[in-house]
Amino acid sequence: MILATLSVFSALMVVLSRKPVHSVLYLIFCFFTIGGHYLLLNAQFLFAVHIIVYAGAIMVLFLFTLMFINMNQDAEPVKSNLLKGVVTIVAGCLLLVLTTTVIDTRDSLPAPSTDYQIGTVANLGKALYGDYVLPFEITSILLLAAMVGAVMLGKKVKE
Amino acid sequence: METNLNYVPIEHYLGLAAILFTIGVLGVLIRRNAIIVFMCIELMLNAVNLLLTAFSTMHGEAGGQVMVFFIMAVAAAEVAVGLAILVMIYNNIRSVDINELNKLKW
Repeated sequence: MILATLSVFSALMVVLSRKPVHSVLYLIFCFFTIGGHYLLLNAQFLFAVHIIVYAGAIMVLFLFTLMFINMNQDAEPVKSNLLKGVVTIVAGCLLLVLTTTVIDTRDSLPAPSTDYQIGTVANLGKALYGDYVLPFEITSILLLAAMVGAVMLGKKVKE
Repeated sequence: METNLNYVPIEHYLGLAAILFTIGVLGVLIRRNAIIVFMCIELMLNAVNLLLTAFSTMHGEAGGQVMVFFIMAVAAAEVAVGLAILVMIYNNIRSVDINELNKLKW
């Protein structure tokens, strides 16, 4: 409960804080709280991967980009209040739709399983290298392609 | 084996994921800094990840968590390429304001 409040709060601060660096720091905090949720759900493997990938790799990437771009002037002009109001109403409608769907489907949810061991490293490793070995290998190709693409984009263009 | 699902019903996780997703949508819509828009996309992906994990644990199925793993891989690839594109855009037009990128607008 406390963890959920913390994640919602930090997620809000990501959107609302004015300086991009603050947003990144709040996002790191939000990711850690979501990692806490994974731990509470007995998903140790996902917790480890989440912390390594998000808090480790992606956030470092964001911070590096921010420092590379050097946006200290924080001259981001705010959008008009009318647009903000409209957008807030749209988001509120989205939330309303989602929650009503949740309430509607509450009765048709199946009974929870009693086996909560699935998130351990051993079980997930068996699943990953057993049934899902082909998608797993394709993911590695995807990451390789992304790496090559990022390097190519980052290179200085010589005319 | 004890887990949080013994104490917290699944609906609360559904609600939390819905709230996080909505905050992500809100951020994408109201912010103009492209980096923050990216971060809000990450937020939305994480909301869905949380939901998949909760359901996977509830059903005792490994498929959901494997899917979360793949989503994380895709998110990492997306951020790497996206931030490279952002740096290139910044080098070209000295700004990451998404309203400046209106060349494709009719």
